[in-house]
Parts: sequence; structure tokens; C-alpha cells
Amino acid sequence: MLEPVNVSLESLNLMTLAPMLIPIIGALLILIIDMVKSDLDKTLYVMISIIFLLIDLGAIAQTAGIFSESGTMMGVFDVMLIDGLAILAQLIIVGASLLFIPLALTHSRFHEFSYSEFFALFLFMLGGFQFMVATDNLILIFVGLETSSLALYTLIAMHNRDKAFEAAVKYFTMGALAAGFFSFGAMVFYALTGSIEINQIATVLTENGFADMGFVLIGTTFLLGAIGFKLSLVPFHTWAPDVYEGSSAATAGFMSIVPKIALFVVAMRLFEFLIHSGVVWLEIILYIIVVVTMTAANIWALVQNDVKRMLAYSSISHAGFVMAAILIGTTQSNSALFLYWILFSFTNLGAFSMLWISRQKHLPLHQSSDHSYNKFAGMVQTAPVAATIMGLFMLSLAGLPPFALFWGKLYMISSAVSGGYTVLALIMALNSAIAGYYYLKLIVFMFMREPIINKDGHVFVSNATNPLKTIIGFAAVGTIFAIVAINPILEFVTALVFKSGY
Amino acid sequence: MLDNILSILVFFPAVAAILGFAVAKDSIRAYGVAVAFIEFALSLLLWFSFDSSVSGMQFMEMVPLVPSFGINYILGVDGISLFIVILASFFTMIGIASLGETKNVKNMIISLLFLQMTMAGVFVALDAIVFYVFWELSLVPMLYIIGAWGGPLRIYASVKFFLYTFTGSLVMLVGMLFMAYFYYQATGTWSFAFLEWYRLILPETFQLWLFGAFFIGFAIKVPMFPFHTWLPYAHGQAPTIGSVILAAILLKMGTYAFIRLSLPMFPDASVFFMFPIAIIAIIMIIYTAMVAYAQEDIKQVVAYSSISHMGVIILGTFALNVEGITGSIFLMIAHGVVSGALFLLVGVIYDRRHTKMMAEFGGLASVMPRYATIFGIMLMASVGLPLTINFVGEFLSLLGFYQQSHILTLLAGIAIIVGAIYMLAAYKKMFFGEVTKEENRNLPDVNKRELVALVPLVLITVWLGVYPKPLLEPISNSVESIVQLMHDKSISEEAKKRIPNINNEITIAKEAN
Repeated sequence: MLEPVNVSLESLNLMTLAPMLIPIIGALLILIIDMVKSDLDKTLYVMISIIFLLIDLGAIAQTAGIFSESGTMMGVFDVMLIDGLAILAQLIIVGASLLFIPLALTHSRFHEFSYSEFFALFLFMLGGFQFMVATDNLILIFVGLETSSLALYTLIAMHNRDKAFEAAVKYFTMGALAAGFFSFGAMVFYALTGSIEINQIATVLTENGFADMGFVLIGTTFLLGAIGFKLSLVPFHTWAPDVYEGSSAATAGFMSIVPKIALFVVAMRLFEFLIHSGVVWLEIILYIIVVVTMTAANIWALVQNDVKRMLAYSSISHAGFVMAAILIGTTQSNSALFLYWILFSFTNLGAFSMLWISRQKHLPLHQSSDHSYNKFAGMVQTAPVAATIMGLFMLSLAGLPPFALFWGKLYMISSAVSGGYTVLALIMALNSAIAGYYYLKLIVFMFMREPIINKDGHVFVSNATNPLKTIIGFAAVGTIFAIVAINPILEFVTALVFKSGY
Repeated sequence: MLDNILSILVFFPAVAAILGFAVAKDSIRAYGVAVAFIEFALSLLLWFSFDSSVSGMQFMEMVPLVPSFGINYILGVDGISLFIVILASFFTMIGIASLGETKNVKNMIISLLFLQMTMAGVFVALDAIVFYVFWELSLVPMLYIIGAWGGPLRIYASVKFFLYTFTGSLVMLVGMLFMAYFYYQATGTWSFAFLEWYRLILPETFQLWLFGAFFIGFAIKVPMFPFHTWLPYAHGQAPTIGSVILAAILLKMGTYAFIRLSLPMFPDASVFFMFPIAIIAIIMIIYTAMVAYAQEDIKQVVAYSSISHMGVIILGTFALNVEGITGSIFLMIAHGVVSGALFLLVGVIYDRRHTKMMAEFGGLASVMPRYATIFGIMLMASVGLPLTINFVGEFLSLLGFYQQSHILTLLAGIAIIVGAIYMLAAYKKMFFGEVTKEENRNLPDVNKRELVALVPLVLITVWLGVYPKPLLEPISNSVESIVQLMHDKSISEEAKKRIPNINNEITIAKEAN
């Protein structure tokens, strides 16, 4: 005799699903609109996306309010987990997307934005990312990861250049491998502990004192590999420069921020207990990955001839820098991670947007790639304002005070110092010095060289429209005056991270 | 207004620079001079309202920036920083006033005004992070000035300048974060304020490590041997105005930071490293003097002699007593005036002949008598002729170090005398003898615009050489309190012995009376 399963609606706590469902509803709405009447302009879809993102932001703020009153929320058979990390990551995801989506309003017409599917896929992808950060169930993380990744591959391919297809296929192949790694790692942990919830796994493993150390290491290695692929940590980074080069500058900027913060949160949940388990191996593996990612990516970035590839390597290096926070694993370092990423998203989206507005529809003969350094030679003479803003973003990325990213670096290195990682702190500082060189290279080209081919500054802003200029202005103001926002952000982030127990 | 005079002093040039974007290109020079003059007047106002009898900080301002991490915007000025601030605004003023024909003159003047902000900021900041912000920010305008207006190798020189200093500063930043963390551990609150760090007594091993971290940042900036290799390139390639500001002000940031940070925070480490640093300083004096002698380019001679004199400043600083430190601060001012003037003079001849090779000149004294006279006075001052400004500083610095070690002081003293040889040799090559080159026969003498810049410098050189008291009094007041602080804070026996106890001396003097 089977008992009927009674589930009260209240215990499901469906409120926890709201932030993820909003972009999905938005995506479906866009698809419906397209079915009813096709050939609508991209501006419509951009605005619909923005509206849904704003509603989403409101929903997240709502959950943040509940969280600050009653603490961590579980929902939907305890699969959903809304804690401070989830809220912060979702805020960054949605906030960065709000800055990204208006970049579709370019002056020149680009293929991908004429399809409504682009925006639908974009919103589905956001839903995926939000699921990833708001759970500690490995299966739901996997589902979110795959939803968002598949959407992202398509977005890259829609750029409709030879290199874009190459990039999409490369990313897809690597991503498939990473997915395999992830599921295999999750399987090992399930075999060990009989659970796929990270906190359950942690409890069981701690109780039996990490008895099956070999298997724990195998599982961790596979999960680390999967996360490493997505975060483009060395040696799993090989896809990143090609994919960045192949996709449009705007998408590349987006990729360097939003997917990574989602993976950082997953990594934080996963390694939080592994690092503190007292197993030295894990710490050493992570330490090596962090240091190699920072340093090697910086050295590769030095020899690039294309600004976008340079920025690709630089964002690998930044990812390694931030990964150090997870290695250190204190409340201060975890807060530093979020602070850093908020500031980084401003600056990096600004830098990529600057490339985006200088994108020509067709590649001129004298240029080997879309954004070669030569293109920017003598920019200050032909387009002084654009050159100054670009220089500003470079200085911020290099960590020059008082621009945005400096405060992130400052707090991150400080957390390494307080966490007892003195050598790591020095390595981080010296890596910033190496990184200074390649950011400076662009500044040297822009400010100190003579223009090479054309004396016409129009090329640098050929793609600019008022919405794009607004976004860049917003990013630039945020970069310059970051100091006034540091204290509120820091207090907010620290409170949320601390309350989530990280 | 006087409550916020330091903030005004720091941010007025920056605001003016932003407004300067709107000024038409052919009027920007007058605008720049006007702004720099107002800034200089403000710094003089600061001096007149400064109370020389007070040894501590004056005109303090505090605004919390990131209270949860202990970062506050704190400014203040004492006898140590006061005159360097005035010097910075003075040199910006005469630098802009004497600016020769320059392409993109608007960008140059705006960069100079931004540079002025950072220079003022470094010397009045009393919070490590604010200090660091200005310290790093000063690299950017200078990078641009060298890189955009410099000689053929300008890009290499400017990038080298930037990367060297940037690397050193990042190591210093880690040191600062450690210091803040130790403060946090000791008191439970984060703080980056210098005055609060002064109160922290650290174990000697920590002091040694932190001293090392700060030392790398400062030594590259000064620059001390063997980190000096960026400076000859920077000077060699920089336009005249860039060299003037670099030599007169930017290098002083390093020596100033030693006195403001290293000495009072790490007294035991300072004593521990006193002799190694003194030996480096003496190597620096002798080695760069010899290199200077081998140069064929007059600007390189001045550049190397400038490094050589920075060695004396370091030596005076690490005498760790009132005479030595007072002397080294006075020498910072003197060195700024003299080497700034020498670079201006080199710029004068470069504008006329577009070469800096000494072999191209000869017999200039008969062609350009006024130029030769001013050059001669400044050269004598650089060599350390008594009754010129440099002599006072060098004498006090060496006097201070004499109390620590007779032999090293003797070596340094001899090195300074040797220094006279290369300067006089350079002077002989350029100014005496027959006019050998046809091009030199009809060179115009210094014009009015150049005189406006040079004459005040000559006057200062002689005035402060004869009567240094107006500067020495406030300086030594503030230095006394720092030396006393170092004595009180020091832990080891050696340090207690090496750093004099001033209160004791005063009481002894009273008893003797």
C-alpha cells in the first residue's frame, strides 16, 4: 500500500525560485513575441531584456531582505539554497548583464543581434547561472552549468565570422570535456558519501575523517579540472584566448565576468570544507594552480600583438588572482573575492566595450586582426577622449590607485597577509607589476606613438551610439570614483559572506 | 580656509588641470603660469601661517574613506614636509614659466598640473594608503611627459622608469598591509595612519623584514645603487622640464619616505641596517661620481652628479641623529634647487644647439657670459662651496654621520671633493678655451624668460647658503621629536646607544648652565 506523498506548498518555499524564473519567463516571452510577429527591431528585445533584468534585480533584493532577517533559506526539497553567496553572485550576474545587454545597440548592424533568439538564449543562460549559484546540490549545479554553457556556445557562434565558429566549436569541445569531468567528480563523491549535497558530503567526510583519501583526491581533482576549464585556470585555459578572439568584444567581456563569478561561488562552496579539512595535498594543488595561473598568463599576455588576446590572458591572470581568495579561505578573503569581482566587472566591461565601439564591420587590409596594437597607435592625437578613457581602464586593470581595481587588489593582498600567506602576497604583488607592463604597452601605443595609417579618429568610435557611450561613461565614472563606494560595498559584502558562514 | 589649506593645496592644481582642458591652446601657457603662481602663493601662505615652534603635525585634516578597513584621508604638515611642498610648487611654477617651444603644449601643462597634485599629496599624506595613492599616481604624468616629449629612446626610458618604481612600490604595499595587520592584531582595529603606526612597537625580526619591504620601494625611487639604472635613461631622454621636476621633487619622495616612515617605525632595524646602507650610500657617491666623469653628454654628467648627491642625503638620514637628519632634509631642498637649476641650464643650451655633447661646445664663456656666470654659480653650489645652499646640507649630514663613524664620513667627504673634479672638468670643456665650433660663435645669451626662472634660483642658492636659519629651525624642531620617538621606541641596547636621547641632552645642558 503506497502512502500518498504529501508536500505542502509552503514547505517548497517557491519564493526561492523566483529570481531564476524571471529571466526564463522573459526568454519565453521573447520567443512568443517573435512567433507572433517576426522582423521586429533589436531595440525591442534589448529593452525587454533590460526590463526583465530589472525585475530580476528587484526579486534578488527581495530575497536579500529576507536573508538579512531570517538567514539562509532552503526551498524546493532543500535543493535551492539562498545564502549570502548566492545573493551576491546573482547581484553581480544580473548587474553585469544589465551593463552588457545594451551593448547590442551598436551603430553598425551585427548579425547576431538581429535574431530574437540571441536575447532569448541570453536570458536562459542567466537563469542557468542563477541556478548554479543558488544551490549546493551537485546535480542542479551541473544542470545550471550545462544550460548556461550551451546557450553561451550558441551566442558565440552567432557572431557569424569564421573565427567565431572556430571559437564556438573549440569552447563546446572543451566544455563537453569539462562537463564529463564534473559529472565524474560528482559521481566519486556520491559513491563515497551517498549524497550529492555539498554540505552532506562535507558532514560525512568529516565524520569518517577522510578515510578514503585516495578517492577524495580523485573526486576533487576531477571537480577542480571541470571548474578550472570554466574559470580558465592554467593548464585548462587553452581555449580562452581563441574563444575571446573569435567572439565579439562585447561577448568576450561578458564571458570574462559573469560565467566566472558563478563558478567562483561553486568553487567556494566546494573547497571551503576541503581546504579546511587539514589535507595538505589539496592546499598544495590549489596553491600551485593559483600561482601558475597568475604568472604564466601574465607572461603570455606580454607577447600578444592583439589587444583582445592580451585582455583574454589578462582576465585569465585575474581569475588566478581571485582564485587565491578561495585558497586562503577566510571571511576576509571571500569578501575580497566579491569586492574584487564587482570592481573588475566595471573595469573589464568598460575595456571590452572600448574595443567594441572601435570594431569595424570589415577588417581593413593593413590590419592583421580586429584590435591589433598598431590600430591604436597615436590614438590620443585623433580621438583624445576615447584614448584617455581606454588608458584609464588599463591603469585600473593594472591596479594603479586610486582607480577601481586597486582597492580590490589591496583588500585581496591584505587578506593573504592576514591569512598567513606571506609568500603568496608577495607573488600577487609582483604579478601586478608584471601585468603593469602589458597594460602599459597599450598606453604607450595610444599616447606616445605616431598614428600609423589613418589620421582619422573616427575609427575608434565608429560603432558608438548614445547607449554605448552611456555604458562606457558609467564604467569610467565607476572606475575613477570607486573609492566612495568601497566602504558600503565592503560592509555589505562582508556582512553577507559572514552571515553565510564563509 | 586655513583649516583645509592642505586639501586646497593638493586638489587645486587637479581641478585647475581639468578646467584647463577648456582653455584654448595658444593661451594655455598663461593659464598654467597663473595656476602655478596661485599654488605657489598658497604654499607660501602655508609657510607664513606655520608655527615653527611646534614640532608635531599642523593643519591636520581627517575624513574617513573606508572606515571598515581603517583607511582615512589624513593630511598634515610638519617641518620635515613643509619646505618640500613649497619647493614642489615653486618648481612647477618656474618650470611652466620657462617652458620652451613644445609641441602639444596644452597636454604638457595639464600633465604638469596633475603632477603637482600628486607631489603635494605625497608630502602631506599621513595615511599609508593615501600616501601610496599619490606616490603611484605621480608615475602616470611623468610617464607621459618622458614618453611623449622625450628623446629618441623615450619609450624605453619611460617604461623602464614606470616599471622599476611600480615594482618597488608594490613590495612596499605588501609591507604596508603587513604593518596594518600587525596594528590590527595589537589593537583590534585596522589603521593605516602614520601617527598611529608610530606608536606600535614591533619585535626586531618583524622590523627587519618590514624595513626591507619598505626599503625596496624607497631605494628604487631615490634611486640607490644598485637600483639606479633607470634614472640616467629617464634623465637622458626626458625633456628639460621632466628632468627638472624628476630631480628636484620626485626623487625626494624616496628620501622623504625614509624619514617619515622607515626611521620612526623601525628604529632598531634602522640601526641594524645603518652601516650597510651607509656603505651603499658611499659606493653610490663614489661610483656615480666616477661614472659622471666618464660622460660626454652634459646632461648625463648632471644626472650622475645628482645621484651622487642623493647618496649624501641617504648618509645624513641614516646618521639617526638630529644634525644628520636635519642636514639631509635641508640637503633635499638644496639638491632640488641646485640640480633643478642645472637641468634648466642644460635645457637652455640644448634649445640653442640641439645637442648636449660637451665636445660640441667650448669657449662659451666669451659668447654667453651671463649663461656662464649662472652656470658657474650653480656648479659651485653643486660642488658644495661654502656660503652656497648645498654646503649647509652636506656639512650637517656629514657632521651627523661623523658621530656614528669617523672613517666612513672621511670617505664620503673625500668623495665629495672628488666630485668637484668632474664638475669643474665639465665646466672647463664647455666654457673655457677658444670657441672651436662655428655654430657656437653667435649663440644668443640667456633671454628674459629663462632669466625669470634662473635668477630666483641663484638668489635662493646664495640666500640660504648664507642664512639657512629660517629653514633649519622648523626642520630641526620636527626632527628632534622624531629622533626622540625613535630613541623611546627602540628595543635593543645598540639602538638606544646609537640614537641620541634628546630630553637627556637638554637636561644635561641645563645642568651645565
